[in-house]
Amino acid sequence: MTTKPKTMFEKVWENHVVVPETADTPAVLFIDLHLTHEVTTPQAYTELRSRGLKLRRPDLTLATMDHSTPTRTEQVFGGVPIAVDSAAKQVRQLEINAQEFGVELFNLQDSRRGIVHIIGPELGITQPGKTIVCGDSHTSTHGAFGALAFGIGTTEVGHVLATQCLLQRKPKTFAINVVNKLPAGVTAKDLILAIIGRIGVSGGTGYVLEYRGPAIEAMSMDERMTICNMSIEAGARAGMIAPDATTFEYLKNTPRAPTGAEWDAAVARWSKLPTDPGAKFDREVEIDAATLVPMVTYGTHPGMVAPVTGTVPASGDAVFEKALQYMGLAAGQTISEVPVQNVFVGSCTNGRLSDLRKAASVLRGHKLAAGVKMLVVPGSQAVKRAAEAEGLDQVFKSAGAEWRESGCSMCLGMNGDLVPAGHYSVSTSNRNFEGRQGKGARTLLASPETAAASAIRGRVTDPREFV
Amino acid sequence: MPAVTQIRSRTVALPATNIDTDQIIPARFLTATSKAGFGKHLFADWRYDADGNPKADFALNKPDAKGAAILVAGRNIGCGSSREHAPWALQDFGFAAVVSTEFADIFRTNCLKNGLLPVLLDEKTHAWLLANPNIEVTIDVASTTLTLPDCTQVKFPLEGFAKYCLLNGVDELGFLLSKNEAIAAYESAHR
Repeated sequence: MTTKPKTMFEKVWENHVVVPETADTPAVLFIDLHLTHEVTTPQAYTELRSRGLKLRRPDLTLATMDHSTPTRTEQVFGGVPIAVDSAAKQVRQLEINAQEFGVELFNLQDSRRGIVHIIGPELGITQPGKTIVCGDSHTSTHGAFGALAFGIGTTEVGHVLATQCLLQRKPKTFAINVVNKLPAGVTAKDLILAIIGRIGVSGGTGYVLEYRGPAIEAMSMDERMTICNMSIEAGARAGMIAPDATTFEYLKNTPRAPTGAEWDAAVARWSKLPTDPGAKFDREVEIDAATLVPMVTYGTHPGMVAPVTGTVPASGDAVFEKALQYMGLAAGQTISEVPVQNVFVGSCTNGRLSDLRKAASVLRGHKLAAGVKMLVVPGSQAVKRAAEAEGLDQVFKSAGAEWRESGCSMCLGMNGDLVPAGHYSVSTSNRNFEGRQGKGARTLLASPETAAASAIRGRVTDPREFV
Repeated sequence: MPAVTQIRSRTVALPATNIDTDQIIPARFLTATSKAGFGKHLFADWRYDADGNPKADFALNKPDAKGAAILVAGRNIGCGSSREHAPWALQDFGFAAVVSTEFADIFRTNCLKNGLLPVLLDEKTHAWLLANPNIEVTIDVASTTLTLPDCTQVKFPLEGFAKYCLLNGVDELGFLLSKNEAIAAYESAHR
């Protein structure tokens, strides 16, 4: 008997069905790993407490603090209080909840702390074939390992805390076939921005994306995470990449990966996950990597993206015009002439060691242009230590940039790391929504290389000029 | 969760497309640890000027928006962050339903979990509602219809289980907890 070829998503989904879906009820889906942080959990614990419920699987739950935490060393380690009272209270509430419910917590001064989507892979608890959720839309990041990983709301956080399960309707599948290889100087960030520009910010709604093809296979895990991270910016809750030798090599030396015979068994199991030849996706699109150049956003959602070598496009649409007005840009304007006052390198999109290396390689021996402020925020304390061991912190500091402790920081400005109103900010983060980096801030999303090059010139700059 | 059966109210129109959850409730308000009180921050950066005064030309600040429980938003509302604070803010402000032609996945799920009804309409009806704000419509959950002032009825899709939960005020966590035996069996088979 031959079995029907399956996509990787279908295999992972089927492995986790506790109760199958019917016409009347969604599937009960088991969750292998629940990552949690201070912002989207307090109300869920309140709900558990009010119903007298316990945490079902402490062994599958991990808590960190990242969103509202300070990044200034004196505030993290020097006893200077968190500036925002409510943020301090929220961080304290996570400590109380973790203690009461028995959750492993990396608190503010823990050497393992970091952005939730950076530390899961770092620890090796993000693994192929797992179902992973977190009250954060960028949970899609973990799909880079061949996991089914997606963001959930706080009510669902409560569901997982209490039952380790979620009620889910099976999403559709969407193959993003990236043919050919990326040209030199064009990065994973440029590719994912180009993909979002192509399919649109709601093009992936209702789908799980699978990124496939030679350009994806050639990528490091850090690059694959950058790709999967931004799946949600195309509307897809999850994005996946098939696990391969690169994946296994990355995981092999992580602290919590299986060891010995268990490692061999895991690799054998993980090797069966990739989509079978002949499996059908509900939708497919082809992207030619060879035609791409560095990309930068010019508007107020990640789909408003153009080549760094290009101009701001024109559109008769009123919403488009309103976005350009917010950005202080005009159709036809040369993108490389847009002035830059702020540069942010960091976030779950581009806050890993290789991202910092790339930014540093452009910045080495240069100074920030007059009037430019640059903030470099490692994705985790481990990333920070590794970067310092290589002297990357010195490169940033010598150029005039600020070097901080880890956290989400200026990606969303919850912790007070803000871009002033009206300032242009070239940011390696994931969202250029109005006010995302601060009220009135004008965000242009780009790669670490483009961010560093723009910091040197004080205007949006093609990083290939520095090769 | 209280049952939601019918919503009869005037509409407020916010025609912007791709209204992300950062607009619905900016990140700086997410440090709260309870669900209450987000309504005053709803659309904060669109609703208030630099001094914190309401902007007279913003739809929600207009006198006829007072008491309206149905928000008609442009295509693809709720994209971006998974923050459930977005539906909490909409409900706390007084909205009981959100109408659009496209909803972001996580936002739609979060709305349903709180009894805030996402009403997905065809483009023609939606365009008419955007062009004719502040009219009274009736949304009926059992028949999944929206009735316009001229008595035209328009169907909207609503997943069966979500509809059942809304109509009966069923709490999904209770439903999940009732599957304890199946969950335990799965766990022991996958140790």
